[in-house]
Amino acid sequence: MENKNTVIEMKHIVKDFNGFKANNDINLKLHKGEILALLGENGAGKSTLMSILSGLLEPTSGEIFVNGEKTNIASPTAAKKLGIGMVHQHFMLANSFTVLENIILGHETTKGPVLDIKKAKEKVLALSERYHLAIDPDKKVADITVAQQQRVEILKILYRGANILIFDEPTAVLTPQEIKEFMNILKGLAHEGKSIILITHKLEEIKAVADEVTIIRTGQDVGTYQVKDISNKRMAELMVGHAVEMKLTKRAENFGQNILEVKDLQVKENRGNLAIKGLSLSLRAGEILGIAGIDGNGQDELVEAITGLRHVDQGSVIINGQDMTNKPTRKITEQGVASIPADRQKYGLILQMSVADNLILQSYYQQPFSHHGIINFDAIKKHAKAAVKKFDIRTASSDLPTGELSGGNQQKVIIARELERGSDLIIAFQPTRGLDVGAIEYIHKQLLKERDRGKAILLVSYELNEIMQLSDRILVLHDGQKSGVVKPDQTNETELGLLMTGIQKEGQDLDQSFS
Amino acid sequence: MIKVSAKTKRYLVPIISVIAGFLIGAIIMLIWSYNPITAYSSMFASALGNMNGLGETIREATPLIFTAVGFAIASKAGFFNIGLPGQAQAGWLTSVWIVLANPTLPKYILLPLAILAGALAGAIVAGIAGFLRAYFGTNEVITTIMLNYIVLYLCQYLMQQVMPESLRNGADTTKDIPANGSLHLDWLSHLFGDSRINAGIFLGIGAILIYWFLMKKTTVGFEIKAVGLNPFASRYAGISAKKNIILSMLLSGGFAGIGGVVQGLGTYQNYFTQTSSINIGWDGLSVALLGNSTAIGILIASLLFSILKIGGLGMQTVAGVPYEIVSIVIAAIIFFIAIKYVFELLFAVNKTASYKHPLKKGTEIGPNNGVDGPNIKLQKEGPVL
Repeated sequence: MENKNTVIEMKHIVKDFNGFKANNDINLKLHKGEILALLGENGAGKSTLMSILSGLLEPTSGEIFVNGEKTNIASPTAAKKLGIGMVHQHFMLANSFTVLENIILGHETTKGPVLDIKKAKEKVLALSERYHLAIDPDKKVADITVAQQQRVEILKILYRGANILIFDEPTAVLTPQEIKEFMNILKGLAHEGKSIILITHKLEEIKAVADEVTIIRTGQDVGTYQVKDISNKRMAELMVGHAVEMKLTKRAENFGQNILEVKDLQVKENRGNLAIKGLSLSLRAGEILGIAGIDGNGQDELVEAITGLRHVDQGSVIINGQDMTNKPTRKITEQGVASIPADRQKYGLILQMSVADNLILQSYYQQPFSHHGIINFDAIKKHAKAAVKKFDIRTASSDLPTGELSGGNQQKVIIARELERGSDLIIAFQPTRGLDVGAIEYIHKQLLKERDRGKAILLVSYELNEIMQLSDRILVLHDGQKSGVVKPDQTNETELGLLMTGIQKEGQDLDQSFS
Repeated sequence: MIKVSAKTKRYLVPIISVIAGFLIGAIIMLIWSYNPITAYSSMFASALGNMNGLGETIREATPLIFTAVGFAIASKAGFFNIGLPGQAQAGWLTSVWIVLANPTLPKYILLPLAILAGALAGAIVAGIAGFLRAYFGTNEVITTIMLNYIVLYLCQYLMQQVMPESLRNGADTTKDIPANGSLHLDWLSHLFGDSRINAGIFLGIGAILIYWFLMKKTTVGFEIKAVGLNPFASRYAGISAKKNIILSMLLSGGFAGIGGVVQGLGTYQNYFTQTSSINIGWDGLSVALLGNSTAIGILIASLLFSILKIGGLGMQTVAGVPYEIVSIVIAAIIFFIAIKYVFELLFAVNKTASYKHPLKKGTEIGPNNGVDGPNIKLQKEGPVL
């Protein structure tokens, strides 16, 4: 490739955080009009590298060339001037402003002291048309879908004149259909001469749109490959550093009696509107029921209602034959419920407390961990030692604060605690969120093992892959209601995607036929 | 920047703060041409150099131990209890009243009864704030401050309007308590040069031990700490936040109440009308902060405060340095301790504001995240479920 086509070149980038090398000799080259995927596990150094590129961090050593010229990107403003723009995973939009207002915010066109809305609108609409980013400029951001918000974010940086676009895990919040559309947008942007860096851990997306892929592992450059020349399996191996199994093996179904029965459940969200609107479901021993759906369709409320964290307005939750509706969380836990929360740092762990203490967060008051209210530290330590070994939790000591562990190991602490209690019902809410391939594989295997041991597992996840791979049955949740129940081997992403947007399927409802 | 382990830092910050406080005091003395070396040596000499001074220093430290333990328990549960003055005052008046009203009861009944009643009074005052927080999400900083005023004027009313005249000397002072309701010990007082040191110090040491045992060894302490560090995860794990907020406030107020009891049955042997929220409450807060809410830290910090206060009197008479210097030294120490919290808060905020966190989902600054002291930030309020 000729040099004039290279818009960004990062050479031998090293970023040293007090002796910890987050980036250690990384090279990256972005060509004009191309899409470069940046692949790496969590903590591999992707974000550090992109922070350097967008002027938030300064490299310890190494050189950056923008359009062939050696540059020092000292600040985010400098990056903006160079035409580098970033779409963050969490959108930075003002909800009560219109789409147009959000786009021009900070870069308003003015006629004297007055805002020239008309001119701005023309400019935005021109951009929207040129890059096929359909938006309604007069709608409020609060009233548009997540996919539309993403388009607003993209327009925002295009409006500021960005030629180099960095996308940070852009598809995490989208439905399969929206992802397809987004992929087309990316291709369109590249076609129009924009250069794109796509941070992702989804191999299929790389295959679908990227020209080249740069893989980094533990801060080091593993290499840059032409996407058409490399297989998914090879990419995964290079990212993780060892061979990975891409397919999980699942044993034949062996279902027992109903462990969880939810009947006509109605639950309100924090503002008092109904979030779960008359949902019924049943889950048997030895079965994994996947709850698919887009974030915010009642998943949080459903899990909280079952675990006693949220008031049930109507209907009932029956666990192991006992009516546990609106019972305290502790009673529900004692009835044989384990729960892996979606937000591990907020709900799952007390980060300042030791690994050993976190491992007994629900059982500290029971024998052998305490006796008449006096804590038995020897028993806690012994228990921690066994769990650390059994679940391969990587920590120097079980006395360390849990916050010092990596995300994957923090999740292992939760998994160890929840699975060790021998509960009959395991609720796993986004159990692999933000984890790397190795940790995801580990957690999936653990869940399948529990299923084969006859546990009932309620898997709530926004990752369709995960739902498809693990579930015996999939319930699609839309707007607090069941929009369909399907079997994973009799469906596909398109059908699930439609159900997730509330478009119901003709024909029988699998859940009815089971009960 | 000098790098030290978190553990060393815990000790280093209070020590540096104390040294810096003394230095500031010295500088101010120099500006007004006093000799800081003479002043400080006379301060230490009068607080520690003779038995009477030593006894008075210990006597002064006793109520501070209780109020500081009270503050520390609440802060472990994530609660900023600045109602210590009111809780202590309630305990003071209640215990004196009980003793005065039952002068004929034998000592082994009367004294425990009065102490427990004082603790109960403090617990009730603090419990109101705890209840409001647990069930209505009311900010405890506001309710405890307001309760200080309520208690201040309620005590005045009770003493002047409700207490039988036979128990009072005029409108503003109660009669002195009889010996069988007093914490005064003749032998102890004689040993320390006839100072006002009393049996309260033994109760204080007991309180320190109970506090240590409670927080380190019991499931109650485990729950309180869990709720204080992360109320969300605690709820999720089935630990009742409501129960623990109220419990920690009852314990906090109970200890503060005994702080008041020690003033009444130990130091003053009576109750007299207070014109403002009593000092042992505020000083207890400072002592707990300086002692980093640890058992041993509270003991040392309460003694240091007493040395300053008792020694300050000596400094004034021997070296002629105004007593106000002591207030400046204390204020400076607290100021430096507070700077630590401000820095850590800023540091924690900076970390979240940086680029890294939008990527790392779910990293929220929880209560006390990155701050190993009381949670001074006003949290989003809401009823605790």
